[in-house]
Amino acid sequence: MTNPILETRNLTKVYGQNTIFKNIDLKVNEGETIVIIGPSGTGKSTLLRCINLLTSHDGGQVFLDGNEITAKGYNEDEVRQQIGMVFQNFLLFNHLTAFDNVMIGLTRVKKMPKEQAKAKAMEELNRVGLADRADHYPGQLSGGQQQRVAIARALAMDPRVMLFDEPTSALDPELIGEVLGVMAKLARDRMTMIVVTHEMGFAREVADRIVFMEKGNIVEEGTPDDLFYHPKHDRTREFLWKITELYGKKEKEKGDKA
Amino acid sequence: MSSFFTYIVQGTAITIAVTLVALPFGLIWGLLMALVHTYGGKLLNRVAAAYSLLLRGVPPIVLLFILYFILSGSINLSPFWAGSLSLGIVSSAYQMEILRGALLAVGGGQMTAARALGMSRLQSIQYIILPQALRLAIPPWSNEASIVLKDSSLVYALGVPEVLRRAQQLSATTQQPFLAYGAAALIYFVLVFAVNRGLDYVSERTKLPTHP
Amino acid sequence: MSDFYAFFVRFLPDLLKGAGITLLLTVQGLVAGFVLGLLATLARTYGSKFWRGLAVGYIELFRGTPLLVQLFLIYYGLPGLGITLSRELSAFLALGLNSGAYQAEYLRGSILAIGDNQMMAGRSIGMSKWKTIWYVILPQALRLAIPAWSNEPVSLLKSTGVVFLIAVPELMAKAKAIAARTYDPIGSYLAVALVYLAMVYLLDAVLRWIERASRIPGFESEGKKA
Repeated sequence: MTNPILETRNLTKVYGQNTIFKNIDLKVNEGETIVIIGPSGTGKSTLLRCINLLTSHDGGQVFLDGNEITAKGYNEDEVRQQIGMVFQNFLLFNHLTAFDNVMIGLTRVKKMPKEQAKAKAMEELNRVGLADRADHYPGQLSGGQQQRVAIARALAMDPRVMLFDEPTSALDPELIGEVLGVMAKLARDRMTMIVVTHEMGFAREVADRIVFMEKGNIVEEGTPDDLFYHPKHDRTREFLWKITELYGKKEKEKGDKA
Repeated sequence: MSSFFTYIVQGTAITIAVTLVALPFGLIWGLLMALVHTYGGKLLNRVAAAYSLLLRGVPPIVLLFILYFILSGSINLSPFWAGSLSLGIVSSAYQMEILRGALLAVGGGQMTAARALGMSRLQSIQYIILPQALRLAIPPWSNEASIVLKDSSLVYALGVPEVLRRAQQLSATTQQPFLAYGAAALIYFVLVFAVNRGLDYVSERTKLPTHP
Repeated sequence: MSDFYAFFVRFLPDLLKGAGITLLLTVQGLVAGFVLGLLATLARTYGSKFWRGLAVGYIELFRGTPLLVQLFLIYYGLPGLGITLSRELSAFLALGLNSGAYQAEYLRGSILAIGDNQMMAGRSIGMSKWKTIWYVILPQALRLAIPAWSNEPVSLLKSTGVVFLIAVPELMAKAKAIAARTYDPIGSYLAVALVYLAMVYLLDAVLRWIERASRIPGFESEGKKA
């Protein structure tokens, strides 16, 4: 069994009197797509931000490719070049075109020569299907388009791992599909992904492993089939049933609309 | 009549010069203080806040006099330079508040996104935050620009031969005080109008495109 | 440091006298400015073309030129037209007219925010235009304007400083007199700066109290549509 590309050990986060999450052990293998599900406010987003060191942690360690990135003296900025993140509210740079949004990380952070950066940026925009909107500003793009640019921006850095923090939660329902489509394609291309989402259809079809978190703990993890059809904990079954009912309704509505 | 005209127009050049010294000086210093206040530690934050409060709580003319006497006494600056730099220092406190507002309006999310990409704090401020903040700051800044232009008349009290001082002399020689001071008012009016229009134009040109 | 303290204490009576005049000028200017500003805004928003033009002309002129120039125009310039005014009256006029132009802008923003909808509501129950303005629009607009407007008293307080140039005996004039007596310009202007700071601080506290006391529950000052 090869070593996991990303691993957390005993990762803990405390805020004032509250424990956000405690002793989280998560192992992610290269090429895997992990989907984290669970009720809102259980620390899923915070967990992602601790993994790419945007938020400080209060115990435990994070390892990338076997190196402890939470060790003292580790350059956080360099680590974040290796771990890409996509945010719920896109957070595109408003003063730059889509193309420049994707390119700025290459020229300013990776110090790539301009011609090379231009080519790479175009490549990534193509990958998410937005090459024709390259000269548009975020203010001129729909939510779904903005999010896809945000994905291209993160991908351009050639990260080892991609983190997705509820990427479709802020989107109009019609636009969710185009973003999930891009993410599914990435998963098929064997990008290592950790996705926090409420989109159960995506979890069922794309995830290699689903992690169910509640109240700051991992309740259960396993393959989609395991969790949906043979859940070990009652709470898991309860949560998934409730969501799947909703999902079933959505499926039915889609079918009615078609 | 024409010599009087040129006389007062020369004063205009000096008025413009005072403004062109004070405003950029105030911008650079004010920007620095705004960055220190927003991104510096707790101590620097307090220092910057105190700076702003003190300089904005005192009439510009008082500060002008204090700084003039300090500057001309110790470094032997001419009234023009002492006055212009003093106005710049006063303006820096107001510009600091304007820029602070703009930095906050850009928001923490932009900083987060930039850091997530691997940019350092400095790079994030330089390439992501400032370009957006400066754009946001243009409307209130153009207000400050016309204020500095108008406050430049205060250097009259230091004897600098700008528009108002010359109007006074003209009034004495021509015995036509209303015309003389009226001319001064007209000149200022035109200058302020031009500055406002000019900055409105800049604001339009640098606007970020949105949905048609 | 102790020198400065002694200096300050010695001249405190003089400084307070000057501060008193400064406050008087401020209040006078504020009240006059309020009346002028209100009239100008009403003329501009609801008046005929003629009144609108007059109001805009007034506002643009007094916001587009320095206070000092306005002061000199009134005190030194008007005599050329045969109108000679005392220094106190000149200062009062200049400060009042100047403040009025700025206050007009503050009030304009609020009236526009309240304006159309409330006007419709008032007219719809049979109120005349001016009745609606007086009983419906102004009470709301004035409250809405308070946070932005509270910049004006402090601004006015600071701008009274220039009237010492026509020898009105307010705080700055005292500073000049003390500097001449003690040959210590920096000390005297610093002392005056402290007095101004104290006045600004107190004025600010009063304004914040007024703002809090006059809030209408549920009515935000961000110009939300009524």
